[in-house]
Amino acid sequence: MTTRRTFMLAAAGVAVLATGLALTPGAVQAEEKLKVGFIYVGPIGDHGWSYQHDQGRLAIEKALGDKVQTSYIEKVPEGADAERALERLARSGHKLIFATSFGYMDSVIKVAKRHPDVKFEHATGYKRANNVSTYSARFYEGRYIIGKIAGKMSKKGMAGYIASFPIPEVVRGINSFMLGAQSVNPDFKIKVVWVNSWYDPGKEADAAKVLIAQGADILTQHTDSAAPMQVAAEKGVYAFGQASDMIKFGPKTQLTAVIDDWAPYYVQRAKDVLEGKWESKDTWGGLASGMVKMAPYTNMPEEVKKMAQETEAAIRSGKLHPFTGPIYDQDGKLRVKEGETLSDKELLGMNWYVKGIDDKLPK
Amino acid sequence: MNGLEAFLLTVIAAATPLLLAATGELVVERAGVLNLGVEGMMATGAVVAFAVALMSGSPLLGVLAGALAGMVVVLPFVFLTQVLAASQVASGLALALFGLGLSGLIGEGFVGQPGVRLEKLHIPGLSDIPFIGPVIFGHDVLVYLSFFMTALVAWLLFRTRVGLLLRAVGTNHDAAHALGHPVRRIRTLAILFGGLMAGLAGAYLSVSYTPQWVEDMTAGRGWIALALVVFATWRPLRVLAGAYLFGTVWILGLHAQASGYGLPPQLLSALPYLATIIALVIIARNRTLTLANTPAMIGRPFMPER
Repeated sequence: MTTRRTFMLAAAGVAVLATGLALTPGAVQAEEKLKVGFIYVGPIGDHGWSYQHDQGRLAIEKALGDKVQTSYIEKVPEGADAERALERLARSGHKLIFATSFGYMDSVIKVAKRHPDVKFEHATGYKRANNVSTYSARFYEGRYIIGKIAGKMSKKGMAGYIASFPIPEVVRGINSFMLGAQSVNPDFKIKVVWVNSWYDPGKEADAAKVLIAQGADILTQHTDSAAPMQVAAEKGVYAFGQASDMIKFGPKTQLTAVIDDWAPYYVQRAKDVLEGKWESKDTWGGLASGMVKMAPYTNMPEEVKKMAQETEAAIRSGKLHPFTGPIYDQDGKLRVKEGETLSDKELLGMNWYVKGIDDKLPK
Repeated sequence: MNGLEAFLLTVIAAATPLLLAATGELVVERAGVLNLGVEGMMATGAVVAFAVALMSGSPLLGVLAGALAGMVVVLPFVFLTQVLAASQVASGLALALFGLGLSGLIGEGFVGQPGVRLEKLHIPGLSDIPFIGPVIFGHDVLVYLSFFMTALVAWLLFRTRVGLLLRAVGTNHDAAHALGHPVRRIRTLAILFGGLMAGLAGAYLSVSYTPQWVEDMTAGRGWIALALVVFATWRPLRVLAGAYLFGTVWILGLHAQASGYGLPPQLLSALPYLATIIALVIIARNRTLTLANTPAMIGRPFMPER
């Protein structure tokens, strides 16, 4: 009897495998295990965005042990492929699925409709449903701090900014960096170069070289590789790490890094599902919730370090909001009145530069 | 360091990997074989070069290993297309995917580690001359090698018997075979040379351009190299011109952006491709000459009658 049952289970497993729907033969697994699936836009070896999400996945495994089983699909392009990947995860018994790129938004909503019993989590999006939550991190809080550091550390008062795509998330980061820099040096300048890619070490390095050649003596980036850090180290200027701590690539170069830490949120959400407490919501965590972290402040004088730590503490406690008025845009129009702060909705749709940025925002 | 000097140095760095890979592919295609797997060979070369450089501490050893890796990873392609006479397009695409996957696998443990940088040449006296020193005498060995190999290939192809043979195989393999030339052996050597050059291009990326390993770091450069060969109508010096034009327009675009003219970055990203294609099409507008340069047997499998 037992042998026959085992055989049938194995056969079921093989059948599931053969149809290509499952990553692991679900039938042989214990029933109560929660299967958590992830799709990543890049390779987990990018040491940036997708890498950090995968660290979150590993944290779930570590925290919840044999109560969960995780799987992931990497390098999933945004668009129709994403829908297929999500469908595959949903059909193979994954009850909680994290879709970790903005462009997966519509695919998530579509697949979620077909699988009401599966919970979906979509990073950086804004469309929700009963079984779809959204979450993102307030990277701009960290960027305000590095802006202040840049304002103090740049001798020429000019930073080079390597940007990816002109979407609100990136524009918000540039503005926040600039507001931070202006708070200590009102004449601060930024040169922006858009490389039109999230991830291309060669292009990022080229952009870094060009910015340094044009007079920037401090670099920051909203792209994912450590190439600009290496260029900065070679040319002897300072730089900030992005997404993960890049100190290894510039031990004497990195001032700090804005780190994404998805682990606490991912672990919490998996726990919520296990305990039946999961509900659809929107989470936008920052320094306070630990979703954004700062790498150690290095290579700077004690007083700058102190200023950075105080700023970090003030943002964390809610005393300081980077987008507090008065804020004027490039054309001199008052966007935020004195004493007011920008609402989350306005932050999420930001498509204008603050005063003092020379670049024209690409449409 | 003045602006022009910095500009030229950046252009050279951007053009070198394209030139290396395209020159290799040119030889392959001149022999009548279309190998679409450049991207995969490049990625494999990059990861092996990085790993060996890091573990041995010698970037030069890494470069050699990268070149060798390019030759090894192309072996299945040789077997498929030369022994089994399988479709070159399918085998090449498979090689591209296989190489990328394999490089990710090999490189898993090397992600996030800073690499060893290939030393730039320093010739006492010459390298210290202002401007000329750094621009002409201050590069790493791979930059010089890329020029040397282009010149060597140009000379071999059009001035030697070996080149004549290679082109004959690419123009009409049946005739070459009838004359007693070993078509498949010549093609195999050409493909291996292509692998070597793609491996070097990859090595340049991971030990000189950006000394680190991250997956997919080739970021489509293998495909650009492939396109360069076609638009350069299989002429080595035009490949050289194309690679440098591509690099120049790309870096100019970045400079234009940093100067804050507000040009759309999407257009600037597309411009190197457009400019290179347009320029090379204009160069090659003489239809008869272009046809004479096109290897007639490209992509066609060869099976000797038994």
